[in-house]
Amino acid sequence: MLLATLFESGVKIEHYMVLATALFVIGVFGVLYRKNAIILLMCIELMLNAVNLLLVAFSTYFGQADGQLFVFFIMVVVAAEATVGLSILVLLFRNTRSVDIRLFNKLKN
Amino acid sequence: MSLDILFYILGGLTIGTALMVVLSKHPVRSVLYLVLTFFLISANYVLMNAQFIAIVNIIVYAGAIMVLFLFVLMLLNLNKENEPKHSPLMTIGAAIAGGALFLVVVAAMREAILATPMIDTNSEKVGLVENLGQVLFTKYVLPFEVSSILFLAAMVGAVLLAKKEKQTIE
Repeated sequence: MLLATLFESGVKIEHYMVLATALFVIGVFGVLYRKNAIILLMCIELMLNAVNLLLVAFSTYFGQADGQLFVFFIMVVVAAEATVGLSILVLLFRNTRSVDIRLFNKLKN
Repeated sequence: MSLDILFYILGGLTIGTALMVVLSKHPVRSVLYLVLTFFLISANYVLMNAQFIAIVNIIVYAGAIMVLFLFVLMLLNLNKENEPKHSPLMTIGAAIAGGALFLVVVAAMREAILATPMIDTNSEKVGLVENLGQVLFTKYVLPFEVSSILFLAAMVGAVLLAKKEKQTIE
């Protein structure tokens, strides 16, 4: 089978490790750089997807199904997190008329 | 050999679109680039023969979650004009912090010693629906049921947050 031989065709697991790390770091960079709260949530999605990619890569590499099921459960948690996070954001936008993350430091007092 | 080249093309495109998510000024464009990133990650899953995860990734992420993000962006009517401004010092700081994290993690990975994989006969079928369903409903049946409670809690939370606002308007 053509597709199953990916790890025998010169692509090493280290390549996927570097790719997933790069995606994760782009997500971290976005969280630090952007001030729009919705883009921040999207960067969190990006980081979670980087982890998913690495889990699937190792699952295929070792021939075990457990990693792919973890990805499945991560997707469940992400769906719940995005729903609640976005509804909180809409609520905050109605109160402050902005999605600037720096305005939310009012919660400090 | 061709799979090798395919991996490099897909990986490069994935990193490029992920960078565009962070760097594009328009929030809607950001969401669309993120959808493209998820499609490319799904292509990577297909390359690894994880067919079930590839389809679920497209349905759940690109289909459901990103549409939710797009709806919220349209609802809040955000555009380039009311995009929050950021200082150039913050940009440099974020780039240095991200680059340092990347270097540290890659350096740690170079030191890692990986176990050699066991190549058995059914390893290429591991990502198929039949095999995953078998494991999901035997070994992981309790987390599967618990995740339904999580969804219920998220649903109740979202409804509660929306309802509270309505009462304050009245």
